[in-house]
Amino acid sequence: MLTMASVMEIYQLLPKTNCKECGKSTCMAFAVDLLARKVKVEDCLPLVREEKYRANYQKLSEIITPVGDVTETGLIVHEDKCIGCGNCVVACPVNVAADPFGAGSGKAPTSDKVILKVEDGIVRAKNVEECRRFGENKILCVACIDTCPTKAIEFV
Amino acid sequence: MVVCLSNNYYVCTGCALLCDDIEVELEGSSLVKVHSACRKGVARMKGCETPLECAVNGKSTDTDTAIKEAARILSNAENPLIFGHGNSSSQAQRKAIAIARKTGAYLDDTSSFCQGPIIEAILQGKLRTCTLDEVKDRADVIVFWGADPSSSHPRHMSRYSYFPRGKERQRGWEEDRTAICIDVRKSDTAEICGNNGTYIIPPGEDAEFMDALVSGLSNKVPKTSFDFDKKRILELTNILKKAKFGVIFAGLGLVYSLKDLEPLFALMDKLNSVSSFHLIPMVGQYNMRGSNHNIFEETGYVNRVKFGTEVLHGPEYSVVEALKEKAVDAALIIGSDPLSSLPLSVARYLTEIPLITIDPCQTLTSSKSDVTIPCALAGVESGGTAIRMDGVEVEMKKIIETDRLSDEEILTRILEAL
Repeated sequence: MLTMASVMEIYQLLPKTNCKECGKSTCMAFAVDLLARKVKVEDCLPLVREEKYRANYQKLSEIITPVGDVTETGLIVHEDKCIGCGNCVVACPVNVAADPFGAGSGKAPTSDKVILKVEDGIVRAKNVEECRRFGENKILCVACIDTCPTKAIEFV
Repeated sequence: MVVCLSNNYYVCTGCALLCDDIEVELEGSSLVKVHSACRKGVARMKGCETPLECAVNGKSTDTDTAIKEAARILSNAENPLIFGHGNSSSQAQRKAIAIARKTGAYLDDTSSFCQGPIIEAILQGKLRTCTLDEVKDRADVIVFWGADPSSSHPRHMSRYSYFPRGKERQRGWEEDRTAICIDVRKSDTAEICGNNGTYIIPPGEDAEFMDALVSGLSNKVPKTSFDFDKKRILELTNILKKAKFGVIFAGLGLVYSLKDLEPLFALMDKLNSVSSFHLIPMVGQYNMRGSNHNIFEETGYVNRVKFGTEVLHGPEYSVVEALKEKAVDAALIIGSDPLSSLPLSVARYLTEIPLITIDPCQTLTSSKSDVTIPCALAGVESGGTAIRMDGVEVEMKKIIETDRLSDEEILTRILEAL
C-alpha cells in the first residue's frame, strides 16, 4: 500500500547535528515541522550550504513536494499526479454517507455535501471540515490515500 | 456568460466506458468546465489543440470539393482500404460499410490487432459475458488480467468494477469485493489490488498460468514451467471457487499473449463448472465494439473483410497484411492514426497511395494525406449511438453547435457522390 513520507524518513536525510541554525532545538523537531510544512527544506542551512549533504538535499526536496493550495485542514491534492479516476470520491466514507446513490454508487455526485469531487479531470476538495481526520472525534481515515493509484492525495 | 447545465448529463467519449454522468459548463459555444469525467475524458471533450483543416493536396478548400475528390479517389481505386471506425458513431460506421460494399474495399478496424478475437467469441456465444451494471450490482470477485484500468480506463474501478456500492454489494470494496490483478508488471491497478491480490507472471506465459489455474480448480497440483508459487495459485483458485458472481476483465496483455483462445475457453468452462464467471473485454476506443457489432451484423465477421461479388474474410484482409502486401491502392482513414499506431515498416505504404483522412484533429496520418476532411467531435459536437465495452448501446447527445459536418454526414455525402 502507498505510504507518505514519515518523520523518521525525513530525519535520516537531515544532518542530525542539532546545530540549531534553523532555530529549532533538534533536527528531529525540524523534521516534524517539515512534515507539517511549517518550515521549508531550505530552512536547514547546512543542508543547502555543505557539499556533503547535496544528495540528501535533493532527495528531501523530492519527498517534500511543494504544498500549493493546502486546504485549512491540511488536505493536499497534487494536481500534476491526479488522473481524475474518482476512486477517492467513491471510497470516501463521508461522500458515501452524504450521497449514497450518487458518489457512493460510482456516479457523479448529486449532493453539495460531498468532500471530494472531480472537476476538469482533477479531484477538488470541498467542505473539508467534514473530513473524518478533523474535528473533535477525529480518526486516522486513509480511504482516499489508499485508493489513489498515483499517490496524488496527501495530508499534512 | 457561464451556464451550468445542472443534472443534464452527457456521455464522455474518452474511452469505451462511455460514462453517461458528465455535466458541463459552457461559455458561448465552448466547453469551459467538465464535471466528473477523468483527465482522459476531459482532454477529449475539450477538443483538439490543432483542428484539422479541409484540404486537397495541401491546399485549403471547401468541404464539397474535398468530398468530391475523396469520392473520385475511391471510385478510381480497384482495392481501396477503409480503416478506423473506433472513434465513429454506429451510424457513421454503417455508412462506412456501405461505402466499402459499393467500392469493393478492404474493411478493417483497430480490433484486428486489439480485442477482435474476444468480441468475436462473445458474439458467437463462446464466452459468457455480462454488463458493467451487473458487475456493479453483483460482482464479488473481479480479475484484471493483462489490463491496467487505472491507466487505460481511469473511471473503471470507481464507477463499476471495484469501489462502488451495488444492489447486492452494499459494502462496496471494503468487505464485499475482491480485486485480483494478473499482469507482467506491478501496474497502478496492481497497487490498488495490493500484494495479496497481485500475481506477476512472465510475459507470454498467460496460457500456462490458465492451465495451472484449471489444474488448481480441479484439485490437482498446479505446475508451471516458470515455477510460480503453488500455494499462491491455490489461494487464488480458492477465491475463484467461492465467487458468487465473478468477472474477468480481459486486457490487451491477455489477448496478445495467447496464440488462440482455447486456454481461455478451457479456463472459463472450468470456472463456470465450479462457480459463476463472466468475461468483459477492455475495449479501448469508444465505439470499437460498435464497429465489431455492425460489421458482424452486415457480414457475419467482426473485422478483416473484403467486399466484392462475395464477402471475403481472413487474416490476409487485415489492415496490417493489406499494407504489408501492398494489396490496396487507396485508403480512407476515419478517426484513426495508423501512421502513429502501426509499425512504420507497415504503415509507410500509406504515404505511397492516395490517402483520405476524416478526423476532428490533425494527426501524423492527416499530415501525409491527399484529402483531409474535418468532422465534428462525436459526443460533443454531434450525437448518435455507440456501444460500450460490455455491449450496451449508449445514446450520445450533442452539447455544442459546430459548422463542421459529422462523420456520418461526410460519409453519406461521399456515398452519394460515388
